[in-house]
Amino acid sequence: MSTSAFELRSKFRALTDHTVTVLAVVATILVIVPLAVIFAELIYKGLSSLNWDFFTKVPAPEGETGGGMANAIVGSAVLLGVASVIGIPIGIGSGVYLAEFGRGTKLANAVRFTADVLNGVPSIVMGVTAYALIVAPHISWLPFLGHFSALSGGVALGIMMIPTVCRSTEEMLLMVPHAVREAALGLGVPNWRSVLSITVKTASPGIITGCMLAFARVAGETAPLLFTALGNQFWSTSLNEPIAALPLQIFIYANSPYEDQRRMAWAGALVLIVLIVLAVSLVRYVTSRGVLKGNS
Amino acid sequence: MPEIRIHNPQTEPAPEPEPAVVAAAAPEHSAIRRYLLARGNSAVADRVFKVLMLLCALSIFVIVALIAYQLIDKAQLNWTQSGLKFFYTAAKNPVTGQPQYWDPVNGNFSAIPFIYGTLVSSFLSLLFAVPLAIGVAIFLTEMCPRFLRGPLAFLTELLAAIPSIIYGLWAVFVLVPLLREYVNPALVKTFGWSGLFTDENPTGLGYFAAGIILAIMILPIISSLTREVMTAVPHSQREAVLALGATRWEMIRMGVLRNARIGIVGAVILGLGRALGETMAVTMVIGNTPEVHKSLLANGASMASVIANEFAEATSDLHRSALVEIGLALFVVTIIVNAIAQLLVWAVTRGTPSQAH
Amino acid sequence: MGVSIEVQNLNAWYGTNHTLQDINLNIPANHATALIGPSGCGKSTFVRCLNRMHETNPIARATGTVRIGDLDIYADAKPVEIRRRVGMVFQRPNPFPTMSIYDNVAAGLKLNGYSDHKHLDEIVEKSLKNSALWDEVKDDLRKKSGASLSGGQQQRLCIARALAVDPEVLLMDEPCSALDPVSTSKIEDLIFQLKAQYTIVIVTHNMQQAARVAENTGFFLNGRMVEYDATHKIFTNPSDKRTEDYITGRFG
Repeated sequence: MSTSAFELRSKFRALTDHTVTVLAVVATILVIVPLAVIFAELIYKGLSSLNWDFFTKVPAPEGETGGGMANAIVGSAVLLGVASVIGIPIGIGSGVYLAEFGRGTKLANAVRFTADVLNGVPSIVMGVTAYALIVAPHISWLPFLGHFSALSGGVALGIMMIPTVCRSTEEMLLMVPHAVREAALGLGVPNWRSVLSITVKTASPGIITGCMLAFARVAGETAPLLFTALGNQFWSTSLNEPIAALPLQIFIYANSPYEDQRRMAWAGALVLIVLIVLAVSLVRYVTSRGVLKGNS
Repeated sequence: MPEIRIHNPQTEPAPEPEPAVVAAAAPEHSAIRRYLLARGNSAVADRVFKVLMLLCALSIFVIVALIAYQLIDKAQLNWTQSGLKFFYTAAKNPVTGQPQYWDPVNGNFSAIPFIYGTLVSSFLSLLFAVPLAIGVAIFLTEMCPRFLRGPLAFLTELLAAIPSIIYGLWAVFVLVPLLREYVNPALVKTFGWSGLFTDENPTGLGYFAAGIILAIMILPIISSLTREVMTAVPHSQREAVLALGATRWEMIRMGVLRNARIGIVGAVILGLGRALGETMAVTMVIGNTPEVHKSLLANGASMASVIANEFAEATSDLHRSALVEIGLALFVVTIIVNAIAQLLVWAVTRGTPSQAH
Repeated sequence: MGVSIEVQNLNAWYGTNHTLQDINLNIPANHATALIGPSGCGKSTFVRCLNRMHETNPIARATGTVRIGDLDIYADAKPVEIRRRVGMVFQRPNPFPTMSIYDNVAAGLKLNGYSDHKHLDEIVEKSLKNSALWDEVKDDLRKKSGASLSGGQQQRLCIARALAVDPEVLLMDEPCSALDPVSTSKIEDLIFQLKAQYTIVIVTHNMQQAARVAENTGFFLNGRMVEYDATHKIFTNPSDKRTEDYITGRFG
């Protein structure tokens, strides 16, 4: 190649390199901008509507302005309570199995793969399943079936939690050094006791924050509740009746004709996002600082 | 065979053991020893525990089976009515001759507009998200100064954790007016000749809006997974290319992207899987009209959005059954797409724990 | 008081790897016996066969007879029961990271259901005194975690933990290999004192340590036990040439 052609080609390569660098930076900025804008909007519109009414009043009757989200916050707490009772024990149990009994086995690999795939199933499908399981059947002598209820919403959210908690528990347990397990077994401690009181206990900060992450995730889910818990304009904490929930109420208020109710949707969104940011930050803190190695 | 040994005194004098300790020890020792000897071998407790944990693990399979069973069961009604035709044909309006896709009153149901809407909005979102996500991943892995890396990665993780309803809220009140006032008219003016952008729908809702908000939502997933597979490429690959005199971009292209391309494809497919099933944000901006239009600015509907909109107030068992069948199709498609994506990503990262979604 | 250990025809495999071949020896009660040999010769595997810890690895198995006292540990009892009678101290100190010093020592008892708290206090104190750690930690028993001690202290904590369950035999798998010389000599002094009450089997890479601490020594090579005799004889006048080569540093 002649010298000038070589120089031309070098210049072209350098130009390409610089262009790509600029493009990459632009891409990053384009990604951060929506995030910043969304947060700014949330904080601006949300904070201005967060008042005492928001936390204490129930939604106003149809066609009236004003009201609050008190019942939605309590309703979400009830739903998340049911979901946690279903999702956390089973999720932790399956994580324990994967890490302590099934390591390397084909069954464990199949469970892990299925859990990951399940995590990607749309949440509305879970809602339909819970509907078919609990809301649809009409068996007169079984109390909770046949109608929209908080229980069905809780079940939908609970089965969403199981695969998430399973995988995070497994990851945390795998981080416990083998030497700790050996120490317990060497003392003649029964295996079940060793797993629970030593291994799980050592990994417990990580396991708990994994549960919190799953909790925060289902706290924001709306779709599975649309035709299970259904939503409720009044105070209700009964498992056997429709119940309000924070994301549902945000959805309803977003469609409201009244400006102040629409602003309340933003306030609700702000409350929700604060919960989630806390959970995500906590998870990062625990897993990056190695708290579970016992530096307390 | 060696004999039993002679007890040999060692060279240093052994320190005298504390007599108090040894003497007081003897009776307590045997109490402890007796206690421990009386404890059983806990074989039963161990077995029960193992079985309990196994049952918990098997619950994952039970959940999948449960979902499949319920969906198939409740879709029976519509399946016996329409069969596979549900997915590719539609009844015709006797008056106008136009296809009547979704008619709860007369009981004519076709999934075509929703499949169309899902595909259009999802592929639009990939179009926007993939270049940006890969760009961000390249920046964060290869170009970003060390001190920025942590905070930026944290921010992308945060983006992934924001619930759909909040994206929908923002989309309805901020994005849609933006599109309505500025972007859509500009698109119609510039690209109207293609037929993809018409001005019949002045609301700002539609496939395009859905595509954009979906792009924002799937971007962090594609980006963080791409980063993971790029970091999994060993440094020796990068060094080999650099040693040949490559520029940084050439090193990235030949040393990293080439090796990670299978995983990147997997990340993109995972993003697609999420886009296919996304419900609330899409419901709020797609317009919820069960029709098929060429224009990207027209109102439409997606599989997830129609279920979200109509299920609670479905007017008949057939109506509900048709919705369940759409849900079943969504379930099957997302399982297949996610399974393929997981396999691809696993092939590259070899068992690195997957990110929580 | 300790008990003697009788091993007959012990063979062990890790998968298809025949790690121990036809081991026969008798370890006397209330003595310290050292096991030496180059890396990979099987001495660690052997010691783990004495309390069935090798079974924690799913591909491991063993055949033969091991009698501890009058108990055939493979035929007559389950691993959990054996390990309460045969204590083990590992190569790297492994105190339970989330527990205090007190809880670490009491762990073997508490996790087996022992709940007499007054008595536990006495046992913890006695075990820590027997492992020469009491004076250094007596004020911080419940305040400090096990992981906050120095390496040598952690290993003595592990010894105390093993002693608290009142075993008859104490197995030590290279207990000083991760420690500095001062800690090492403290632990060697300890072994001296503990011999009176327990039977001690110590695996060591360090021949001088074996000479300092043990009355009898066994030399392992490639899964076989080549020679087993009084320590001073092994080190001054070994019967087997391979032993002599190892002692004089020709290999290993």
